[in-house]
Amino acid sequence: MYSDNILGFETIEKNLKAMAFKRLIYSFISILAILFLLSSGLTIAEENNAGSFQRGLSKFFDYPVDLFKEAFESGWRWYAYVFKYLPDLITTINMAFFSTLFGAIFALLLSLFASKNLIKNQYIVTLSRRTMDILRSFPELVIAMIFLYLMGKSELPAVIAIVIHTAGALGKLFSEAIENADNKPIEGLQSCGASWWQRVRFAVIPQVVPLFISYTLLRLEINVRASTILGFVGAGGIGEALSAVIQFRYGDEIIAIMFLLVITIISLDYFSRFLRGRLIGDNK
Amino acid sequence: MEQVLNQNVIDAVDLKHKKHIRILIITGFVFLVYLIGSILHFDLPNLAKKWNKNRASMFMLDIYAHKDHIKMNWKDPQKIDVRFEGGHRHVYKDDPTWLIRNKNNQSTIVNFDNGGQFVFFPNRVEMRNFPNINEPFIFKLNKNGKPYVDGYVGKESMLPSWMRATENKVEVRPSLYERLQVYGSKVEVHRYELGWKYFWFDFDSPLVGKGFLDAISLMFNEDRVDPKISNFNLVVNEFLENEIWHHNTVLFAMVETLLMAILGTLIASMVGLPLAFLAAYNVTPLSSIRFFLRRLFDMLRGIDMLIWSLIFLRAFGPGLFTGIFAIAFTDTGTLGKLMSEAIENTDKKDKEGIQSTGANKVLQHRFGIIPQILPIFISQSLYYLESNTRAAVIIGAMGAGGIGLHFLGALMTGNDFENVAYMAILVLVAVMCIDTMSAKLRRLLIGIEDKK
Repeated sequence: MYSDNILGFETIEKNLKAMAFKRLIYSFISILAILFLLSSGLTIAEENNAGSFQRGLSKFFDYPVDLFKEAFESGWRWYAYVFKYLPDLITTINMAFFSTLFGAIFALLLSLFASKNLIKNQYIVTLSRRTMDILRSFPELVIAMIFLYLMGKSELPAVIAIVIHTAGALGKLFSEAIENADNKPIEGLQSCGASWWQRVRFAVIPQVVPLFISYTLLRLEINVRASTILGFVGAGGIGEALSAVIQFRYGDEIIAIMFLLVITIISLDYFSRFLRGRLIGDNK
Repeated sequence: MEQVLNQNVIDAVDLKHKKHIRILIITGFVFLVYLIGSILHFDLPNLAKKWNKNRASMFMLDIYAHKDHIKMNWKDPQKIDVRFEGGHRHVYKDDPTWLIRNKNNQSTIVNFDNGGQFVFFPNRVEMRNFPNINEPFIFKLNKNGKPYVDGYVGKESMLPSWMRATENKVEVRPSLYERLQVYGSKVEVHRYELGWKYFWFDFDSPLVGKGFLDAISLMFNEDRVDPKISNFNLVVNEFLENEIWHHNTVLFAMVETLLMAILGTLIASMVGLPLAFLAAYNVTPLSSIRFFLRRLFDMLRGIDMLIWSLIFLRAFGPGLFTGIFAIAFTDTGTLGKLMSEAIENTDKKDKEGIQSTGANKVLQHRFGIIPQILPIFISQSLYYLESNTRAAVIIGAMGAGGIGLHFLGALMTGNDFENVAYMAILVLVAVMCIDTMSAKLRRLLIGIEDKK
């Protein structure tokens, strides 16, 4: 018995050392792989870039400096333009808000069919999951560009594109939240004779709704950025205004729009974090 | 002892419940009003009207079909040529089997799969044998050199719905797959066929007409098609240098886009992690450094990827660097912030345990903190890799290059929709591959998470 233990310890130590060695080798290989990827990738980039890396680096501040110079030369009154572009900003935010809301509704419907604990039919679950995967996979821009081409310039193509992407992305998160919901509250309610609706109302919804809202808020943030970018390729809003002033090189107006964008994104970030913190109760 | 709930408590609970319900109804109502208002604002009900039906049907048709153009000039009726998609350099050397030239009466017949025929004569074009069309329509030029439909001069409104005659042009489209346009100077027939023709090999290639499996078997065949180079190289070269589908540009652009995403994310995570350590209060005691780094993260994140890419576009010009740095800058901010929060949330006990063995600060962080945050770090980095693959396509379209720019270019030409579809499918496949790979990698490296 005793000697067995001694042998055991030795074996354990040997195994441990072998494991540590194996791990070392693995980390070494992965670090090498990453370095190789980085260096070869950057070499390809250097070969195929229009300008070289070094020259580009020295010109890094050119654009911002140019902008500020122009703004100075025209009398440092860029802040007056902030109000000029406020309606465009509101259009963009509205686009994002509406498509997030609409997309979330679709996502909710899809996620109900993609949750194993709600739908027993394996095929329906798989089908709706694949649907969500495909919806999620297209970058918004690809859909938006095709719809822009087919429908002419308006905000609608961007809205459709964001709705499609949001439905897929949120649907996945929603269905995961539903599947991860704790079964115990449901059983507890069942044990005291609650009906199906009461179980859903008091055991499932309280568990998943805060998560749903928090995911939707995060998505809203992403979608505001997305709708700006889609505006840039012709879907209206502040993105389109930005692309117009960039073409005409109005330094002060560019600064005004960028200022608006940055402020919006930062404040949205803080606002949504605050709300999410209150909802899930881990505000950091 | 029987416990009786105090009536006041019940009332209070009831009141609160009622208040909740009221708030819920009010918010629901507000959202409903907003939703309806916005649906009207964005003009969703008129979606069908806005839809450009012609464009959409052309778009769809072009995606899954290709066409040959058969053209005759009225001035030189004997010279009829057949071009693939009307391309300048894509003239068929030999007549396709569906084109029959009759030397005796100087006519040329274009046959369609449904039995229909367009017959060119030096002075007229006849339409014959189309299913469900009994009348043989004849198209001619009048003295002023304008096209007309024989027997329908002045009665244009009586023409069937698939035919339109205006002063300068007669347009005939019995179904989606046949189209005849008669102008004063020329006659043009478009003959549609299903499929992506010449997808594997080009018009002028020695391997034209070979499918994917043929090509694979040819690759390992000893008998050389071209004695100068091996079959393997020939197949690869001919495939890549396809002039109609531009495989080498498109595939390289796809690689560029993927590189942007991968390198951008890699740089972001490699820079973001050390900065995150410096921005966490349980690692860095100096609050000024922490404050500075926090604001730096906010700035990097707040200046959107769009703006970063504009700035880098000016510095580096269109190319990979713009995409890489735009992604790296934005995500350094995001990852740095996320990771610094994760570091602050780590359990203190691990670190204290290491400290009690007398280890120095670096070892404390190495063994007390890193094992706790590594799973979060890896899974977050992989999530960002997924979303950056999509972002790289988007940045590319705004000028950084890669597949995004090619996609935009193909869409803007207005007639290369099969290329648009090809690139869209390529993007879809690439994104799905990255998603699957990152999920696999996450499972491999972290193990327990998302086992579902």
